[in-house]
Order: sequence, then C-alpha cells, then structure tokens
Amino acid sequence: MTVMEQRGAYKPSPPPAWQPRTDPTPLLPDAAPYRVLGTEAAAKADPELLRRLYAQLVRGRRYNAQATALTKQGRLAVYPSSTGQEACEVAAALVLKDRDWLFPSYRDTLAAVVRGVDPVEALTLLRGDWHTGYDPYAHRVAPLCTPLATQLPHAVGLAHAARLKGDDVVALAIVGDGGTSEGDFHEALNFAAVWQAPVVFLVQNNGFAISVPLAKQTAAPSLAHKAVGYGMPGRLVDGNDAAAVHEVLAHAVRHARAGGGPTLVEAVTYRVEAHTNADDDKRYRADSEVDAWRDHDPIALLERELTERGWLDEAGARAAREDAEALAADLRARLNQDPELDPMDLFAHVYAEPTPQLREQQALLRAELEAGQEGAL
Amino acid sequence: MTTVAVKPATMAQALTRAMRDAMAADPSVHVMGEDVGTLGGVFRVTDGLAKEFGEDRCTDTPLAEAGILGTAVGMAMYGLRPVVEMQFDAFAYPSFEQLVSHVARMRNRTRGKMPLPITIRVPYGGGIGGVEHHSDSSEAYYMATPGLHVVTPATVADAYGLLRAAIASDDPVVVLEPKRLYWSKDAWNPEAPETVEPIGRAVVRRSGRSATLITYGPSVPVCLEAAEAARAEGWDLEVVDLRSLVPFDDETVCASVRRTGRAVVVHESGGFAGPGGEIAARVTERCFHHLEAPVLRVAGFDIPYPPPMLERHHLPGVDRILDAVARLQWEAES
Repeated sequence: MTVMEQRGAYKPSPPPAWQPRTDPTPLLPDAAPYRVLGTEAAAKADPELLRRLYAQLVRGRRYNAQATALTKQGRLAVYPSSTGQEACEVAAALVLKDRDWLFPSYRDTLAAVVRGVDPVEALTLLRGDWHTGYDPYAHRVAPLCTPLATQLPHAVGLAHAARLKGDDVVALAIVGDGGTSEGDFHEALNFAAVWQAPVVFLVQNNGFAISVPLAKQTAAPSLAHKAVGYGMPGRLVDGNDAAAVHEVLAHAVRHARAGGGPTLVEAVTYRVEAHTNADDDKRYRADSEVDAWRDHDPIALLERELTERGWLDEAGARAAREDAEALAADLRARLNQDPELDPMDLFAHVYAEPTPQLREQQALLRAELEAGQEGAL
Repeated sequence: MTTVAVKPATMAQALTRAMRDAMAADPSVHVMGEDVGTLGGVFRVTDGLAKEFGEDRCTDTPLAEAGILGTAVGMAMYGLRPVVEMQFDAFAYPSFEQLVSHVARMRNRTRGKMPLPITIRVPYGGGIGGVEHHSDSSEAYYMATPGLHVVTPATVADAYGLLRAAIASDDPVVVLEPKRLYWSKDAWNPEAPETVEPIGRAVVRRSGRSATLITYGPSVPVCLEAAEAARAEGWDLEVVDLRSLVPFDDETVCASVRRTGRAVVVHESGGFAGPGGEIAARVTERCFHHLEAPVLRVAGFDIPYPPPMLERHHLPGVDRILDAVARLQWEAES
C-alpha cells in the first residue's frame, strides 16, 4: 500500500511555518573595529580611567620585556610575550569587579598580574617549578590554560553556577584567534548562549596561531561574526586602543551582569614579538608587517591622546615609568633566586588521599632521596 | 518485631535512588547531560529527578560531551558537585581532553587549591545488542589517567553505594555502569540501603580454593556462573569482584591468589594493553612464589567492538573462562 492509498488522496500543503528564532541584525558586529583614541569619542572618556590604563600599559610592556630577558638567562623555561597586546590584557583585568572571574590562556600572564596575582606566582608555570603558582580563589583567576579554548567551557560553567546560586558574578574568558577553531570554543559559546550565562568571551586576534595566519584559520567575515550563529552579540574592537577595549568589555560585562547573556568580543591586535622566545617569526612574516603594527602601538596611542588633552604631564609619565622599573627590578631579584622545591610534592596533590599505590611510590622516592643524602655525606 | 520489606530492585533503580538521595541531602549536587531531564535518560536512570528537583538541578544540556564536562568543571570550581551522564561509552570520547587535561589534574595543577568533585557516569560494555559505538569497554583509558578514581558496580547494592560514594568524593570519579546489568535484580531495600565496601576495596563474591577469577562489572555474573559450572570438573573457584579499578585493591586480590595459587583475570575489554595485563603483572609481582601457574587473561578480542549479531563470539563467556581454568593445570602441560 502506498502512502497515498493509506491516507486517501494526497493534498499538498505548505510546510509548517518557519521564522528565525532571533533577529540576527542587532547581533552583528560593526563593519570596522570600534575605536576611541584619536576619535571624537575620546572627549567623553574618563581621564582617570585612561591614566590608570596608561600606567598599567607601561608596567605591562616592561613586565613583558623583563620576562623575555629572563628566558635568555634560563630563569624562565619559556615566555609567550604579550608585547603589543597589552591593551587587551590590561582592559580585561580592569573591567572586572573583585567578585568576578578571569579565565586566562597561557599568553595572559599580564592580565593575571594586573588582576592582582603576584608576578612571580603568575610565572610559576613558565618557570617550571609548579603548574599553577597562585591560589585561583585569592584573586578569582583560573589557572593559566595551555590547551586551547578548554578554559572557555569552565568560564561558562562557573558563571552558570554563580547565577544558579543567585550570585552577581561575571566570568571573562580570553582566547586567541587560533583557539576559535577548536571544538571547545564552539561548545562553550553554544552552552553560554543557551543558558544565557553571564560570560564575556574576549578573542585576542593577534594575527597568528604560532605561524599560521588568520586567513588560513578561518573563512568567517570576522571572528566577531561567529557570535551571530550562537545567538549572542559579536563586537569588533581595535585591540590596541585600550580605551575602546575597556569600553566594549565594560558594556559586555554590564550586559551579562544584568541578565542579558554572553557577548563575543573580537579585539583586533598584533603579536609584535615571536610566539614565544623559542619561535622564529622571520620564517612566516615580513618585518614591514610587524613595523606597521609597531606604528599602531597601544602605549603610544594612549600617551598621545592623554598628552594632547593635557591629561598627562611629564611627571605623570615619569611616575609610570619608575613604577614599571620597580616591578621589573622586583621580578628580576625574586626570579634570580632558585626556587625551593620539595620532591615529595609530586604525590601530595594527585588525590585528596593518596592511593595505596601512590603511597608505595612515595616511599620509594623518599628512600631514594635519603640514600642520595647519605651518598652526599 | 518489624521487618522492612526487601523487594527485588534493578541496578538502574538503585542508581536513580543514589542520585535522588544525594540531591536531597546536598543542594550542591547537580545532574546534567543529554536527555537526563524530561526523558529521564535513555536508560531512565535519571527518571523523575528533573520533576522532583527542577530543571536547574537535573539539566538537559546541549548535545556536546566536551561542553557537558567542561561546564561541569566550571560549576565544580564554584562549589557545585556535578554528576555528569555520558549517554554511551563511545559518546564520551569528545570529552576526553577536558577529562585528561583538566578534570583529572586540576587538584594537582593548583597544588590542592582547586579540587573538582565531579562524578562521571558512563554506561559501558556490551551484551545489549547495541549497534556500533554503543558497547565499548573504555576502562583502560580512564585507568591510565592519574587523578581519576574508576569504579564499576556488579550488584544492586554496590550500584547505590558506589554512586553515593562517588558523589560524596572530593575527587573526580568515573562510574562505569555495566549496561547489561541495568535490569539485573537483587533483593534490596531502598529505604535502608545496606552499607557496602568503600571505593578502593574489592570483595570476594564466592569463596573457593582451587583458583581465583579476578573480574569486575559486567563479567562478575559470568564468572559466578562459570564457578558453578566448574564444580562439575572438580574446580572450586573463588570470584573476586574488584568494584574499584582505581585505587586498586592489591590486598584483597593478592590474599585470594596466595590462598588459591592460581588466577584468571576476566574482562570484556580487549586484552592487549588492557586492564588484565596490569592486573596480571601486579599479581605476579606480589604472589610469584605462591603461583602454581601463570596468571591468565580471558578478555574480549583485540578488535573494534563487533556488530551485535557477532558480539556473543567476542564477549568472554562461561566456556572460554572454563578453558582458561583448565589451562591452569600448568604442571600437567610442562
């Protein structure tokens, strides 16, 4: 029996009605990255905030230089510099309230430091004496995340949990342009939008995933455009304009806090140094390209705005530089001391209580250490 | 004298009850996964939880295992105790990066500052006629990941007790639920669940003196059946149910093997680089002078899980176990 015979004469009808679930237009990013510095919008900026951003940018640049120098002295195993990207790092940290959470990637040590994490503890991972040197709860900074984009679902889950508990907490997670290709990026954004979790995703598009340029990473019109597919707003901002990044992130954080759900912010910036000290960036990009971005330097941009408006004088600039030098000197002095490591720590934090098997291995190592000490005598 | 009615209950009912009791006792316990809410899970193991505790406590998530486990990490960071369901063994694989890189080692990465009390429920193993990707025995992957506890119940009482213990644990616990035992029944009183051995302890399910069958999860009833059948051959087999694969109970296992002098490890998952290799090595290292024969393994074949019409040839059954037991007469062969 055919379908038509079962039901009698087949009467074609239109398919059940369909309409888009959300109007995509308000979710679309602007055609060009939003800017404040050097535009009329700067007149409305808060001079005090700009001076704060400036002082942290100067500190951040010096911090990056010092950390890179410490890799050459063998004091850090590796350092992925954020030179050129300091505006994103600083704005991401300053836009949050104390009760909020920051979820950094491995390149975002500076954001953790600006948030209040001790600079030496923030570098523990990269120094190699432990994986995470700081207490994540002390400043509400999740451990620096080395796998790409896997910290994003954590941020969503934490923000969701906070909202379930009735707490007024926002999570801000940072990811690079390469990380947007990972499955966890997709799953995190989808969960966040479905749950309307109070999360802000900040993509630092610095042009390269190690050596692979953005054009080989994605065919999307922009990374901010990806937001529309999840049903959240996408925002595009000049990542070297600290005032603009702060303003866009602040708007997204307010939106999330008010129950408006997540936002994806793409900050267009550039990594002017190599991926890490171990990378040779001359193999994949031209000096002229790097130089063009050096001319759009986040510190110079802000300094010019502040100076032209009379919001920063030479004394203020000098104070920022001196403060940065003090940070660098402290970092040098403390990282030049050998860390004290306890080999028995290897077993201390695998489980709440070591398994019988780990206890046996613990005893083996203790015996080896004791034998070694006797040998030394 | 009042007696509490003890009725037959299924393993699935005991697992449901374990989650219900844990959720009632502790508001931070949250159940999450695909289909766990309105439907009550494809095996109905979460049936009624969303209705009783609300959809915020028993949540249907988007269909994305990495996202389910990854968001559970963030929820645990904020003080909740997520109980995550991975619908079928092979469906959990997309979540392995979250499991291996974060769940298993967040306590370690943060020097003890950020423990993650996450329970991961994985219906696993074959024997239910599931098509491809629905019958894997993935325990070796979990066992090979430091930082995870791995348990697998074989009885109704253990299903309740191990799941309650897993949810109460401050460390992540993978609870491997043998799918083909979901509908197995024992006399069990849900109002006063009996106390079971804690995570990390094996139990002797049947005492014997000729040889020890070391097994767990779905292979426990098969081994008990084999032990009964072996009586006709003059073998008095002891059956040890491991219950907990990590931590491993060397004490109970080795005490049994020292008594019997012979051992066979039985499991469904493949033998090559499988759990049996580790168990045989541990037993040999500790009981060498007590052994009358090599420790043998009866495992699934080293093949991708077969289609359902062929799975009976793959799964270790009574005959294959008895053949191995016969081979334990080592002296006769040499």
